[in-house]
Formats: sequence, structure tokens, C-alpha cells
Amino acid sequence: MSQTSATPGTHPLDRQDERLIQHTGVAGAIGGFLSRVRAGDIGSLPIIVGLILIWGIIQGLNSSFLSSRNLVNLATQCAADGVIAVGVVLVLLVAQIDLSVGSMSGASSAVLGIGLTSAGWSLPEAIVIAVAMGALVGLIYAFIFVRFNVPSFVVTLAGLLALLGLQLEILGNHGSINLPFNSAIVAFMQRAFVPDVLSYVLALLAVAFFIGSRLARARRRRAANLSTGSLVSLYVKATLLLIGLEFGCWYLNKTRGVSLPFMLLVVLVMIVDFFLKRTKWGRAVYAVGGSVEAARRAGIKLWRVYVSVFVLCSMLAALGGLMSAGRLSAASISSGTGDTNLNAIAAAVIGGTSLFGGRGNAYSALLGIVVIESIANGLTLLSLTSAVRFMITGGVLMVAVIVDSMARRSRAAHGAA
Amino acid sequence: MQQTVAGVPTQAQTQPVLTLRGVSKSFGAVRALSNVDLDLRRGEVTALLGDNGAGKSTLVKILAGVHAADSGVIEFDGKPISISSPTAARDLGIATVYQDLALCDNLDVVANLFLGREHGRLLMSEEAMEERALDLLRQLSAKIPSVRTPVAALSGGQRQTVAIARSLVGEPSVVILDEPTAALGVEQTAEVLNLIEKLRARGHAVMLITHNMADVDAVADTAVVLRLGRNNGVFPLSEVTPEQIVAAITGATDNTVTRRAARGRRRPAASPDAGVEPADLEPGTTKHSTVSTPTNSEPTGETTP
Repeated sequence: MSQTSATPGTHPLDRQDERLIQHTGVAGAIGGFLSRVRAGDIGSLPIIVGLILIWGIIQGLNSSFLSSRNLVNLATQCAADGVIAVGVVLVLLVAQIDLSVGSMSGASSAVLGIGLTSAGWSLPEAIVIAVAMGALVGLIYAFIFVRFNVPSFVVTLAGLLALLGLQLEILGNHGSINLPFNSAIVAFMQRAFVPDVLSYVLALLAVAFFIGSRLARARRRRAANLSTGSLVSLYVKATLLLIGLEFGCWYLNKTRGVSLPFMLLVVLVMIVDFFLKRTKWGRAVYAVGGSVEAARRAGIKLWRVYVSVFVLCSMLAALGGLMSAGRLSAASISSGTGDTNLNAIAAAVIGGTSLFGGRGNAYSALLGIVVIESIANGLTLLSLTSAVRFMITGGVLMVAVIVDSMARRSRAAHGAA
Repeated sequence: MQQTVAGVPTQAQTQPVLTLRGVSKSFGAVRALSNVDLDLRRGEVTALLGDNGAGKSTLVKILAGVHAADSGVIEFDGKPISISSPTAARDLGIATVYQDLALCDNLDVVANLFLGREHGRLLMSEEAMEERALDLLRQLSAKIPSVRTPVAALSGGQRQTVAIARSLVGEPSVVILDEPTAALGVEQTAEVLNLIEKLRARGHAVMLITHNMADVDAVADTAVVLRLGRNNGVFPLSEVTPEQIVAAITGATDNTVTRRAARGRRRPAASPDAGVEPADLEPGTTKHSTVSTPTNSEPTGETTP
């Protein structure tokens, strides 16, 4: 059965079953990738194809879209809603939803606005209070969800209204509060960029870290007599990654460079991804999303998992609200309303996190928000109204969900659901 | 298959690992179990038989720590114990494989095997888990192509194998299998029966809950029959015929099963009027004609006799 001439005995422990199709070497890696795609295990492929298409179309209509200056803007625009989308990914992974992330971010920016002006708090105080408020809200959601079994979309829909009210209450009769222009959060969101040289070094370090962690894993697996991936394909991937990152840095550095808020988002995504993949907590999150009953019988404390994801989601929403207030250097009654909610949830889904739970990863927040903001940015460049923008974003979300559902069906047919 | 497993100690010589004496359990006004005794021995497969509502599931749930017994003594290795929670049962070394398996489809085989008790402190050590998973599956001669495939990609028999292998991760003394072959095809049933023999050879005390007399005949050493929440006989399989066990399950030697068998011998072709026999309609001709309905499966949630 095996496709190579080697006898089963020469394979590592986990590759000895004769029915396994052996993918070895670079050709094997490519073949394995193609057969996975055919079986509906598509990962982030459609999103990358979609992104290239979107960028191509907008660039064709307005040649300044892919200019360095505009891409620097685009990256900065992604940061705030991207941070919120990371929290949404966590909630979606346990097959729940938080519809109130927009209001949460709005209430948090109102706290920042009042705190920095009339209340006279220092910036760290205001940030801690706003994020702590997020934690409290998440705790309340989780308590109601776990204790009373109220579906999370109802709990958070109620929360959406309540938080909107809180935002209006905090702002009182100020319709809009301008943050002090010299405040550190405004400077961070508007004018903080990674120095050119440092950006190249960071890109290099990231690739070195990638290679190092893969090599360490290969060494551990070899020690346990398990199969390891092909070294050649690792170096090919690392080289492509290095070229991509360094080129990206160079292109952005032609104007202002890589913005710190965007770096914050990328680092946050990497940290959350690490925790999801390598810790028992992450395993529990995926297990609860896959089968609540199985997780419960395995002795996983369900309430702990729910509390952790709802608290994290609301805290990240609060953080995102602070970031967007800093970017606009203002907190107003319209902060967090409008498309913040839609953008954050759509980003998570468009990026490939399944609405059905248990499938997806932190990177989908990053990829998804880049798509959403590219569309928003491109349509603004094309001088289209927000009416058209909403409709097109809605359409893209629909396509993403259709792809998710179809991939799910294809996985079922190919036995990999 | 059974003959190939050599060196299985005869039950009379070994001490039971798990003993139940006079265990009773009521749900409201309904007495689900009354004064049930049970012995499980290492290296022995005990089949727990009984019709729907006989109390099998209640007994399993008491052993798994889902329900607490109202009265009676449970001894583990001669020491009286109480099983207060599923975790307590697991810690004692009683592993239960439920009929619905409770696997996470989106996770791979390794993740499912170690769910809730992953190796490693801060970070999971995937390699140690994968090595142990391969080792366990090899001991069971399991046919799983790759331990990194998501469970959703496996067949029914393979999923049953994963569920059984998962119960062995903590090296339990007692493995309880709740209708492991109910949803399986012929080939897969045979694989699971092989697996049960592997468990016996590994020295676990196996309790097999089933409705399938062929499975009992194939792998069990002892059959324990419950009827209406009470013990209705313990039969060493070497000394009884399936007919005697069926009689104990249904409570009568003259029951629907034997009548069907007799009719089948008279008329080999399928009889169109199989459902109704005149005897069924006459009270007094049979002892328990109303409760003796043979069925293939029972809902896992049943508790009332």
C-alpha cells in the first residue's frame, strides 16, 4: 500500500502503518498540501487568494492603493479592530459568540476620555480601569451563561445595549471628548513607528525563532523516534518567510515604516496562538468547541474555560477601544458603534475561524482584519460612500461563511470533519 | 478467538478487584436496583446482561461515579470505598467507555487520548503523548493509520478503539464497556471483540454491558444477569447455554425468544405473522409474557425498571 519502496519497519514509530500514504521530501510536502486542500482542509488558503484578488482589483482601480504611504496607514488601521478580533476568535473557538465587543470598546474609550480629562486620572490608571471593566463584564457574561444556561448571543446582545447605555452615561452631556494631543496613547497610536534598522532585525529574529522552534521540535520528535518533517521544506519556508518579511519592512520603511500598534497586534496574535497550541488551556478551548460533553467527561472544568474566554474577549475589546480612541484622539458617543462590531466578528470568520466552534486559530484575526480594512481603505480611496462599503463588507462576510460551510461539508465527505 | 488467549486464570482462584454487596438505588418511588451483588476480577470479562429497565445503566452509573448508591457496600481490593464523582472513579482506576464514546471530532487521536490529563507541566509535551499513544494502540493491535488524524476521519470501529485506548491511559484496574458493539458492522464488531480479549490479557477486569448474546458467547467468562433491578443469576459461560441466560434475562424458560426459536425451526422461511402469537394474548400460559420483549438497544438514559 505504501507509496514508497521502503518497508514499514524502516519508518519512524508514527509512520509504520502500511496504509499510510508516505509523503517524504519536498515533493511529498507539496503533494501532501495539495491532497489536504482537495479534501477541504484548506486552512488560510482561500483567505490569502481572496486577499490577493481584493488587492489586485483595488490597485487596478486606484494605483495609489498599494503605495507605501497607504499600506502604512492600512497597517495602523488594522491594529484596534484586530485586537478585538483576537478576542472574538477565542469566543468562537468554544462555539459561542460575543456580539457586544463594539459597545465594550466604546464604553472603554468613554472611560479613557473622561478619565484623562475631567476625572484627572493618569494614563496608566485609565487603561487599568478600562481593561478591568472589560474583565468584569466578561465575568458577568460567563456567570450568566454558565449559571443560567442563557445562550451567549442573548447574553451579549443584552450586554451590547447595556454597555451602550453605560457609554452614554459616562460621557454625560459631552457628545465627544478630545484626548490631550500630547497624551502617550495618542502618540503611540498616531506617531509611533519601529525604527528602520530595528524592523529588519526583528524580521530576521522572527525567522530565526521560527527555524529554531521547528528544529527543536524535530529534535524532540527524533528523540522519541517519531517522524520529522523534511528539513529542506523547512528551509524553503523559512527563506520565503524571510524574503516576505524583509520586503514588507523595506516597502513600509520607504515612508513612515512599521507602526507600533500593528506590531502590538502581531505580537498579541503570536502569544495567543502559542497559548492555544501548546498549553492545556488551549487544548481545553478546542475540546469544548469540538464537543462539550466529551470535554466535560474528560474532567475539563467547563466553567473555567468559558470564564477565561469571555473575560479575555471583553478585555481585548476594551483594549481595542482604548487603541481606537488613541488613534482618533477622541472618545465620543459614536465610538465603537457602527462597524466596529461587524468588523471584529467578520474578521475572525473571514480569517477562517469556524462559527461552529473548535476550528480556527489566532492568525485568522490578523488575516481577517487585513482583508476587512483593505476593503474599507480601498473603497474610501475610490470615494465610495460608507453605504456601499457596508454592503460590500457584508457580501465578503457572506462569502467567507459560505466557504466555511462548504469546507466543512467537504471535510465530512473526505473524512476529516 | 477465545481459545487463543492462554493463561487466563480461572475465576475461582483470584480475588475480586471490585465487589458490590447489597447495592440499592431508588429514583423517587422507583427502585432501580435492590440488593445487587457483583464481583469483577482481574483478567476476566464479566458480561452484564438484562432487559431494558433491568438496572444495567444505573449500575454502570454508580460504578462510574455519576450516581451514588443509596445503600450497600462497594469494595475495591477488599477495602470499602465510596465513588462520589466521575473523577473519583477515574482516580480509583475504574474507567468507563460510554456508548456514545464522547470523542472530540476536531481533535486528533493523541489529543483525544490524553484529553484532560495532558503530559507536561506548563506546556504540553506532545512527543511524550504521541509516543505513549502509539505504544498503547500497538498493544491493542489497533488499526489506526495515523495518530495525528482528526477523530472525525476514523471509522466506527476505529473510534471505539480510540475510546477504549483512552480508558487505558490511566492504567485502570476495571474497564467498563457500555454496549461497545451496538453500532458496529460485522468486521468492526470482531475487531472490538479482539480488543476486549486484549484487555483481558493485559490483566484488566472488564465489564461488558451488551444485548448481543453472540458477543457474550464469544468473549465473556461470566455472565451476570439483572432482572427488574435484582440479581437473577451468575453464570460461568463454560457451563451454560445461551438459552439458559436468555431465560434468566426474560425470567421464563417459555418466552418470546424461545418461541421464536422454536417457530424458526418449524418454519425456516420468515413467518409473516411474527409479531403476534396466540400465547402472548393468553394470560397465565407464560410467567412474564408482558415484559419479555427482546430488543437490540436501549437508551443510555434509562433508569427506571
